[in-house]
Amino acid sequence: MKASAFIYHRPETIDEAVRLLGEVAPDDGRVIAGGQSLVPIMAFRMARPPHLIDINRIAGLDRLDTQDGWLRIGARVRHAAFHEGAIAGPTGALLAHVMRHIAHHPIRTRGTFCGSLAHADPASEWCATAAALDGVLVAQSTQGTREIAVRDYFEAVMTTALRPDEILVEARLPLLPAGTLTGFCEFSRRSGDFAIAMVLVTLRIEEGRIVAPRFTIGGAEAFPRRLAEVEALLTGAAPDMATWRVAGDLAASLLDPLEDSITSGEYRRDLVRALAPRAFQQACA
Amino acid sequence: MTSTKGAIGQPLTRIEDPPLVTGRGRFVADINFPHQLHMRIVRSAHAHARILSISTQAALALPGVYAVWTAADIAEIGPIDFREGKIEKLEPYRQPVLAIDMLRYVGEPVAAIFASDAYIAEDAADLVEVHVESLPVIIAADAPTGEFAPGLSTEAAIVAQGFGDVAEAFANAHAIVELDLSVGRHSGVPLETRGAIGRYDTARDVLELHGAAKVPHKNRESLARVFGRGTTGLHLFEAHVGGGFGIRGEIYPEDILVLAAALRFERAVKWIEDRREHLIAANHSRQQRHKIRAAVDEKGTLLAIENEFWHDQGAYPRTHALRVAETTCGILPGPYHLGAYKATGHYRLTNKTPAATYRAPGRYETNFVRERLLDAIAVRLGISRIDVRRQNLIRKEEMPYARPLCVLEDDVSYDSGDYAGLLDKSLAAIGWDELQDELTARRAKGELVGVGLALFVEKSGLGPSDGAHVRVDTTGAIEVITGGASVGQGFETVMAQVCAEALGTDYKRIRVIHGRTDRIEYGIGAHASRATVMTANAVHAAALLVREKALTLAGELMQCEPALLDIVEGNVVRRDNGAGPSISLGQIAHHLRPASPTRRGHAPGLASDGWFETAHQTYPYGNQIAQVSLDRETGAVKIERYVIAYDIGRAINPLLVRGQILGGFVQGLGGALYEEFLYDANGEPLSVTFADYLIPTLAEVPDVHVIIAEDAPSTRNPLGIKGAGESGIAAVGAAIASAIEDALGVPGVITSIPVTPQRLKRILKDNRL
Repeated sequence: MKASAFIYHRPETIDEAVRLLGEVAPDDGRVIAGGQSLVPIMAFRMARPPHLIDINRIAGLDRLDTQDGWLRIGARVRHAAFHEGAIAGPTGALLAHVMRHIAHHPIRTRGTFCGSLAHADPASEWCATAAALDGVLVAQSTQGTREIAVRDYFEAVMTTALRPDEILVEARLPLLPAGTLTGFCEFSRRSGDFAIAMVLVTLRIEEGRIVAPRFTIGGAEAFPRRLAEVEALLTGAAPDMATWRVAGDLAASLLDPLEDSITSGEYRRDLVRALAPRAFQQACA
Repeated sequence: MTSTKGAIGQPLTRIEDPPLVTGRGRFVADINFPHQLHMRIVRSAHAHARILSISTQAALALPGVYAVWTAADIAEIGPIDFREGKIEKLEPYRQPVLAIDMLRYVGEPVAAIFASDAYIAEDAADLVEVHVESLPVIIAADAPTGEFAPGLSTEAAIVAQGFGDVAEAFANAHAIVELDLSVGRHSGVPLETRGAIGRYDTARDVLELHGAAKVPHKNRESLARVFGRGTTGLHLFEAHVGGGFGIRGEIYPEDILVLAAALRFERAVKWIEDRREHLIAANHSRQQRHKIRAAVDEKGTLLAIENEFWHDQGAYPRTHALRVAETTCGILPGPYHLGAYKATGHYRLTNKTPAATYRAPGRYETNFVRERLLDAIAVRLGISRIDVRRQNLIRKEEMPYARPLCVLEDDVSYDSGDYAGLLDKSLAAIGWDELQDELTARRAKGELVGVGLALFVEKSGLGPSDGAHVRVDTTGAIEVITGGASVGQGFETVMAQVCAEALGTDYKRIRVIHGRTDRIEYGIGAHASRATVMTANAVHAAALLVREKALTLAGELMQCEPALLDIVEGNVVRRDNGAGPSISLGQIAHHLRPASPTRRGHAPGLASDGWFETAHQTYPYGNQIAQVSLDRETGAVKIERYVIAYDIGRAINPLLVRGQILGGFVQGLGGALYEEFLYDANGEPLSVTFADYLIPTLAEVPDVHVIIAEDAPSTRNPLGIKGAGESGIAAVGAAIASAIEDALGVPGVITSIPVTPQRLKRILKDNRL
């Protein structure tokens, strides 16, 4: 478990970083920020990038602020930055709650939000969050900057629309309106393990009816997604256990689950069915 | 007999901790020698294949690579021997140090790289090409057998033990209860992986192995045979050891390779195992399937047990040979009377990592099997789980209780115990009767809650003998030299306490030597819960002889009968006048110098050897009770309460006993709910990282109520000691399985461990719960 040899670059500016990446991307050069996924993969030699571009010295990438109704998260913002109270409103409460499900504290002080999006592990809590909130990702290369809607971003397990020569410099999340209720539940074998399934819900309740629901599953499929059919079912329904159960059943039936030698697709369906009502109960508690 | 200090029985803190908690520990990876080479093992990527060719040129050509070995380079070294000697029938199945012609599991050593640093060694390992012809794999021990080699079945042996007329008992039975039970493949996974450094001292012609653990002296004998050297020219050194659990410290291929390379290259050779290697290369354990049946009368009395089991040994026998399978036969009856018994074990080789002992070998498995059987008998006859156990228990007045079975080549004879009395203590602690009402009420509200219990008999302190040397220098400092080993269990503290008690000194001023074959000729190391029974009794004997010598000389110097003297805080004083004249142990040692004019004819030195010998092991015992709730939607199990009661005979240090019990419990919890080495149909291991092989973390561990009893001191040693090392783990699988089944309310559905959430969800759905 010693990584194969690589050349380490530590640019001071984003322009220098994208220029370097443009040069080394054809040889599988990679960007490193927190390194919490990349370094273990390198230790197993499942990844052997001959070049690593460390972006931790680049000024400005640590921005975490709100502007025009969007939360802007720079590429160096660590998971732990989303602690309770760091960001106001329902979006901040949701992010703080989700953050506590990501691995363990030492990892949360190093790993980054944008790194999770770039890595696109199916079990990533931030990927599910970005999908749930319809975030936008900002990718930069020597050819300029482009925005990618999260709904167009994920392509397969750990495969995204981000090109090898692009750095994911910022993620933007639209702020949830005041009064939005949020809930997030995941199931993992042990505290801090990769989740086998997760459900994230946001909704408002007006005059006893559900308004603007978002229903997102993660961990259970190749990448997270909102389930429009479930959201349609929820819209205008009464916020009660019967509704939550119907939503869970529908979500389970819509699932195209990951299956491997250890975890069956059926079990992932069972978990989505179980987690959906819990996420709603949490939101409405 | 002894004095003021009363070190035995006190919950004293550990003398070995200061370096460990201040970053001053020295584990094998911390040890370096000048000009050392780093070894990397090229491992088989195939579960079963014939080697066609191995190409090493590209690896050899890499700058910094010193040598690359395959089996042909060490043709003079035979396969790895069994620790306890020759076993004719198993000889042809032994594992070669590097694979010869055949690959039999993923992870098997194929080649060894020696390079100037660990990174280059790993780069070079990637360049070795092994061309093979794939062969069909055998993954399950209960699958049809295959051919290991021409004329050799993969059923390498059958083990069997028993007594009485089983057939007659079954013919006359009121009822016959049958179960088909399985224990998953898991093992001890110490946080410190293995490591070995071979070094050849050319000036003195001494070969050294650093990174030894568990059984340094025994391994020295084996390694001396491998290298054709006398034991005086081969020494093993133990560093700090980050957990042993039975799997660490056995002789593995890597230990032999670093020594062979050190001899040939005349350079130190260092090997540190990585985690992935550890999970596929170090001993696995536990995996067995049991088809067990009991004949009982109408009251539930056990008339006979017949058990056929399949022991999944993995690809090769290891140093323990048949030990786990044999122990399985010998220990299965546990604390119960049994009229007749027959156990037959199929010792089967499969294309998986070889298996051997892991903390409570043969007991974790059989406690699960036997206690599942008792639960099933209770259900079948409509009697309580407590009553069926209580009426079959061996009573304290029947002790010592022998039966014609064998464990570790020792005839089974329980020395002492009050099994029913300890059960009462646990039932009272958890409030068993009230708990039933509480659980009934919760079930009525729709909860899935249950309680389960398991009784067990442990074994510890395997003889026949161990020795120690205690010496006091002229400054009064005391050194206890043992052939024991420390795998993190508090060995030094326990030995120091026993010595301090006998010598009347502060235990913190005693230096305890272990894990060094250059300081003492013999030693049993640390395994099978032996150290405190065997080595502590030897230390006690040696310390009492030192005390006697000190008091004799002091009596002569102080013109006083030795019987009137005592040792208090390292000073000999008159019992009737503690404030009066005194002489320190250091001063006595000074009088006993070889050249001392005041030696008064005594043999030089304030020192003595001491020996302890015993004819039989001692048998501690205990019980465990688990209360669980189940999440019917996810299949998750929550441990709500847990009780472990254990009779240790005499606790030298209750704090350490408690630590042993809790640490063992956590590992047992792993085997019950989390840990499992899984393989796919091609023999590819699936549990190769800590993301796949799930050791319980603090978040998964419930509070445990520990009851340490001293109701039945061992009758087989002067201190009354029984071992503690394996008690916490021994019955966790059994108790949790019982509790889960109680929570489900469906008899007979928990037949295997670990009970993973996915499997439990399947059971919940199958039973419409």
